[in-house]
Amino acid sequence: MVDMASEKFDILKHELVPRHEVLKPEEAVEVLRSLGVRPEQLPYLRASDPVARAIGAKPGDVVRITRRSPTAGRVIVYRFVIAG
Amino acid sequence: MPGEKEVRSIKFGMLSPDMIRKMSVTAIVTPDVYDENGMPVKGGVMDPKLGVIEPDQKCETCGNKLAACPGHFGSLELARPVIHIGFVRHIHEILRSTCRKCGRLKLREEEIDKYLELLNRLKDRWPQLAESLSEYVKRRAMKVFECPHCGEKQYRIRYEKPTTFIEEGPLGKLPPTFIRDWLSRIPDRHLRVMGYDPEIAHPSWAVITVLPIPPITVRPSILLETGIRAEDDLTHKLVDIIRTNERLKEAINVGSPEIIIEDLWDLLQYHVTTYIDNEVPGVPPAKRRSGSPLRTLAQRLKGKEGRFRNNLSGKRVDFSARTVVSPDPYLSINEVGVPVDVAMNLTVPLRVTSWNIDEMRKYVLNGPFRYPGANYIIEPNGRRLDLRYNKDLKAVAEGLKPGFIVERHLLDGDIVLFNRQPSLHRMSIMGHVVKVLPGRTFRLHLAVCPPYNADFDGDEMNLHVPQTPEAQAEALTLLLVQEHILSPRYGGPIIGGIQDYISGGYLLSSKVALLTKDRVSDLLASINYEGEIPEPAILAPKRAWLGKQLISLLLPEDFNFAKEAKISSGALKCVNEECFWDSYIVVKKGKFLMGVIDKNAIGAQQPESMLHYIVREYGPSFGRSFMDKAFRLFLRFIEMRGFTMTIDDILIPPHAYEEIKEVFRRALDEISRTITLYKEGKLEITPGRTLEESLELKILEILSKARDEAGDLAVKYLDPFNNVFIMAKTGARGSALNVTQMAAMLGQQSVRGERIHRGYTFRTLPFFGKGDIGPEARGFVLNSFVKGITPVEMFFHAAGGREGLVDTAVRTSQSGYMQRRLINSMLDVIVEYDGSVRSTYGDLIQFRYGEDGVDPKNASFGKAVSVDRVVRKHVGWRIE
Ligand SMILES: [Mg+2]
Ligand SMILES: [Zn+2]
Ligand SMILES: [Zn+2]
Repeated sequence: MVDMASEKFDILKHELVPRHEVLKPEEAVEVLRSLGVRPEQLPYLRASDPVARAIGAKPGDVVRITRRSPTAGRVIVYRFVIAG
Repeated sequence: MPGEKEVRSIKFGMLSPDMIRKMSVTAIVTPDVYDENGMPVKGGVMDPKLGVIEPDQKCETCGNKLAACPGHFGSLELARPVIHIGFVRHIHEILRSTCRKCGRLKLREEEIDKYLELLNRLKDRWPQLAESLSEYVKRRAMKVFECPHCGEKQYRIRYEKPTTFIEEGPLGKLPPTFIRDWLSRIPDRHLRVMGYDPEIAHPSWAVITVLPIPPITVRPSILLETGIRAEDDLTHKLVDIIRTNERLKEAINVGSPEIIIEDLWDLLQYHVTTYIDNEVPGVPPAKRRSGSPLRTLAQRLKGKEGRFRNNLSGKRVDFSARTVVSPDPYLSINEVGVPVDVAMNLTVPLRVTSWNIDEMRKYVLNGPFRYPGANYIIEPNGRRLDLRYNKDLKAVAEGLKPGFIVERHLLDGDIVLFNRQPSLHRMSIMGHVVKVLPGRTFRLHLAVCPPYNADFDGDEMNLHVPQTPEAQAEALTLLLVQEHILSPRYGGPIIGGIQDYISGGYLLSSKVALLTKDRVSDLLASINYEGEIPEPAILAPKRAWLGKQLISLLLPEDFNFAKEAKISSGALKCVNEECFWDSYIVVKKGKFLMGVIDKNAIGAQQPESMLHYIVREYGPSFGRSFMDKAFRLFLRFIEMRGFTMTIDDILIPPHAYEEIKEVFRRALDEISRTITLYKEGKLEITPGRTLEESLELKILEILSKARDEAGDLAVKYLDPFNNVFIMAKTGARGSALNVTQMAAMLGQQSVRGERIHRGYTFRTLPFFGKGDIGPEARGFVLNSFVKGITPVEMFFHAAGGREGLVDTAVRTSQSGYMQRRLINSMLDVIVEYDGSVRSTYGDLIQFRYGEDGVDPKNASFGKAVSVDRVVRKHVGWRIE
C-alpha cells in the first residue's frame, strides 16, 4: 500500500500536474496590467488546493500555470489565490 | 436631456407597513364591489380612487386621463397579521438563530462585532463570500440553546408547511402576532450580521399587518359578449380576503369564542397565501367556479408563460412572418422564396433622395394593394401616413420630397433573416436574399436543410426583415448563408449535397454516363453556362461527352484533389489512383479525371471532402456558386435519366428464401447446441459477465451473424447497380442494413439492447411455451419487409420501434433544458479583441479563446494549415 498522506509523495512531480509558480508582486502587477483586470477578475485557485499548498501560495497571490496543449503548444494561464 | 436620470443600480426590498400606508390613496373597508346601479362602491376593491379604467374619465386621485394615470395603490388593515408565504424560509431561519425572549442573535457580543466588521469588509468586493459568511453566522447561532445575552433557555422551532411555526417548548404553536413582536425585537446590528438590511427589508415586515391593494389597471375586469362583467382572478381573491377580514374583525369585536377566531384567522391566512402564490405545496389551490386554479401573483411571474420568460426575455416582434416551408431547387442557396402576400405586408423603410425619388413615387402610386408598392410614408416631422386609408395616392406621390421615408414592399434582393426553431446553433438563423414568388409558402434550397434541420412534412419557419442600413449590412456580411457553409462544429461543410444531389452526382460522374451533344447542351443550359463546349472525350463510333467533363467546367482551374469515394469498399475498393474501379476521386488542375462524385465529394456534414476544400480555398462566394451550379446540373441529369425505386430492386427469387431459411436453421442448431452447453455448465463465460449474460450474448452473436449471412445471400440475387444500391452505396439515402431488412430478414428486435423478454410470466406472448428462450420467442423476425411479417413478428417489431420513439421524446426535452441552462449561463460571454474570453463584467474566463485562439470553422484538426493538403493542392498528388 502506498501511503498517500506521507511527505514522500510530491504531487508537483506528477506528470498530470502542470507547472505552478507564485508570481512576485511586481510580476503579478505587470500581468494584471497587461490583461487589464483587477486580481479578483482572474479565475480563482483555492489556497487549500493541493498544488497551491505544495507551492505555498497564499490568498492574494497570483499563480502562473504553464501547461502543454495538444493544439496550442505551451499555454500560460493565471489564477488568483483565494482563501478557503 | 435635461431632467433625465440614469439608473445606476436596483435594490430589492420589502414594503414596510408604514410605506404601504403612505402609498395608499384609500383604505379598503368593504367586500362590496358594485352597488345596485353597477357603480363601483367607495372603499371597495374597485374604488375609483385606485385609478381610471375608462377612456376620457379623469382620475380622482391624480387628475390624469387613462393614458397618463399610472394607477394607485389602496390598503387593507388586517384584523390580525398573517405570515407572508414568500418569506417563511427567512422567518424560520431568524427564529432559530435569535433568542425567544430578548430577540438578540444567539452569539456573544464580541463575536457579533468581529463578524460584522469582517462582513463590512467583504460586502463590496466579495458579495458572495459575504453571503456565505452570514449563512455561517446563522448556522452557528442556531446551535446555541441558551441565550448568551439574557441566559434564557431556547427550544427547537419546527416549521410545519405551509405557514405554521411550532416551538418544541412551553409556547407550542407561535401565532403571527407573537412572531412579529419577536422579529421586531431583534437589534438592527444583529440583523445586519445575519445578512438583512433592516432599512429596506426588516424581517418583521414579512408578517403582513397591512395589505397593499394593487391598482385596477393590473387586474382589469373584462366585459363578456353577454354583457356580464368578469373580474380578474386577483380581484376575486382580494374580495375573499376582505370578506374574511371583516368576519374576523366582527368575531373579535363581539368576543366570539377563541376557536372561532382561530378558524377565521387561519382562513385569512389561507386567502392571503393563495393570493400571493397559488401553487404552494401543502395548500389546496384556490379554484374558479369552473374548477381551474386561479392565476394569482406568483403565477403571473413564474415559468414559461410568466412575465419574465414570456414578456421580458422574449417578445413578439414586428416585420416578421411565419409560414410553411417547401423546397425549391431552382433558387440559389443564398435565397429564400417569399410569397407575394407576405412581401406586401413586410416593408423596408427607405429615405427619399433626389436620386431615388422617381422610384419611390412609383411605389407610393402603387399603394399598399398593388405589388410592388408601399404601405406607409413618414414625413420629416415624424407624421405617419397610412396609405391604406388614402384615397389620393397620386397627390401623396407628388408631395413626396427628399427627406421623407417610404416603407416599401419587400423586393427581390432585399436581405432578410430566416429561422427555424429550435434555434440550437448559430446556423439556425441565417441571412437570405429575397426572391418574391407566387404561392403561400417560404421556399428554400435543399442544401440548406441540414443547418436548419428542416424537412417539408409541414415544418414552418420564421422570417425577419432588418430595418436599418446597419442591420442590413451586418446581415449581408455576417449572416448570409454562404458565410455558414463551413460549420464550427466539425470544421466541414454543413451545407452541401443531400439525397438526389448525391445520386445525381454519382450517375453523372460515373464512367457509363456518355452524353450526346443534345444532352450536353441541355445540361449546360440548365446552369446558364456561357463558355465553349469542350472537345468530346469519345470521338468514335459516335462523338460523346463524359459527365466528368461537365463537372470539370465548374471546378477552379488550379484545383487538385484526391480521395477515396464513398463507394470504395468491398470488391470495388480503391486506395490510390492506380485503380480500375473508378472509386478513387482524382482532380488535377481543375480536371475531374477519375472516380465518382458521391457523399465523400459533395455531401453535407462531410469534412475533408472536395466541397470542403473548394469552399475553404476559393471562398464562400465561389463555394456558393459552385453548389448552385453543380447541384442544378446533377438534378437536371437525374431528371433526364429518371431515378426511382421499384419492388424489383429488393425482390429476391422464391428459392432464395429457402436458402435464407436454411441459414436460419443452421443458426437454430447452433443456438440449441449453445443452450445444451449452458445447461451442462460447459459454456465459456465472457469476461465480466454472468453465465446467463454470456448465453444471451452468444445467442445474439449467432443471430446477428445469421442476418448478415441472409443479407449477403439476398444481395447476390440483386443487381448491384440498381437504384436502391446506388443510394445506399453513394450515401444518398439508406444503408446496407436497410436493404437487408427489405430483401432478406428484419433480424433481432431489441428493447434496451436486450432480446425482448418482458410480457407474460416466463414468456413474451401466450403463443410460446413458458421458459422458451428460442429466437422466435424472444423477438427474432425471420421475414423481410417485402415478404411481409407475421402478427407475432409485427408485435416485436413494434416493441423495438416504440423504444426509439420514447428515446427521442425523452432526449429532446432533456437536451432542451440543458441547452437553456447553457445559454443562460454563457449568453453574454464574448471574445474580446485581444483574443481573450470575458464576461460583461470583464472577468477573465479564458486567456485565449479555446486555449489556442483557433476558429474551428477555419481550421483543420486544430491547426491553421494542413501540410498534407497544401502539398496536394500544389503538387496535385501525394508524395509517398
Ligand atoms: Mg419536419
Ligand atoms: Zn390616477
Ligand atoms: Zn436573550
